[in-house]
Amino acid sequence: MSGIQVGTQIPALELAPISRFTLALYAGASGDHNPIHIDSDFAKTAGMPDVFAHGMLSMAYLARMLTNWQPQASLRKFGNRFAAITQLQDAISCSGKVVELIERDGETLARCEIQAVKASGEQTLIGEALVVV
Amino acid sequence: MLDQSKIGHEFPAFSATVEKGRLQFFAKAIGETNPIYTDEAAAMAAGYRALPAPPTFPMVLDMEGTELLPVLDLLKMDIARILHGSQEFEYFASICAGDSITVTSRIVDIFDKKGGALDFVVMENTYSNQQGDQVAKATSTLVQRNG
Repeated sequence: MSGIQVGTQIPALELAPISRFTLALYAGASGDHNPIHIDSDFAKTAGMPDVFAHGMLSMAYLARMLTNWQPQASLRKFGNRFAAITQLQDAISCSGKVVELIERDGETLARCEIQAVKASGEQTLIGEALVVV
Repeated sequence: MLDQSKIGHEFPAFSATVEKGRLQFFAKAIGETNPIYTDEAAAMAAGYRALPAPPTFPMVLDMEGTELLPVLDLLKMDIARILHGSQEFEYFASICAGDSITVTSRIVDIFDKKGGALDFVVMENTYSNQQGDQVAKATSTLVQRNG
């Protein structure tokens, strides 16, 4: 019916490189004002090479990929672990695929493996989503 | 080692209004281009009663309490050494502009790894709307780097 089956790829989402501007905007919009993401002096004092991206910014990118694919009202569960820090200038790609179809409470759910990856191939976010199909 | 006697601690609940302008700003910040997240007419044409909050927005509501993350003070954690370990959301209904969302937050686990080099705190948050319906649940892990 929906044409979605095990192995179906979620259309990928490619992002522009992370800039200080991106991080400043996200800090303001998300309310996450942790200076480690926007103040280089603070980040360096904390032992980091520079400011780095909020994990939740990349998670929001993964969410964009999911809601580009299926309506948000179909999303039942969405989670990931943060496997690596996303640095300035990293260009993130989001991708995913259906790995299982599950019947639950009268709905068919696609269990999707999802990930965010740097241009180097390093995975930054590794997670899973359950989407009604 | 963080104070494990705080496992089970529940922070005071608080309510936050989901503002349309905030949703539009958030959409801009994450590069969202789907008009249902910024244009009310498009949202309503798609069946929403107002602009919908995107999937990670509940975490934004967490920041609407009295301080950035009250768990940092309670457990005497250092914001400069905090990383986000994991995040998971479950969704039961939409959150839309104009909703008043009550956020509850409690500590469900505290443990360490690598001989104390990393401390972990697991939080469980719930989100309920003005009708009293639970709309979402979140489980998050914060990690503190030590030494």
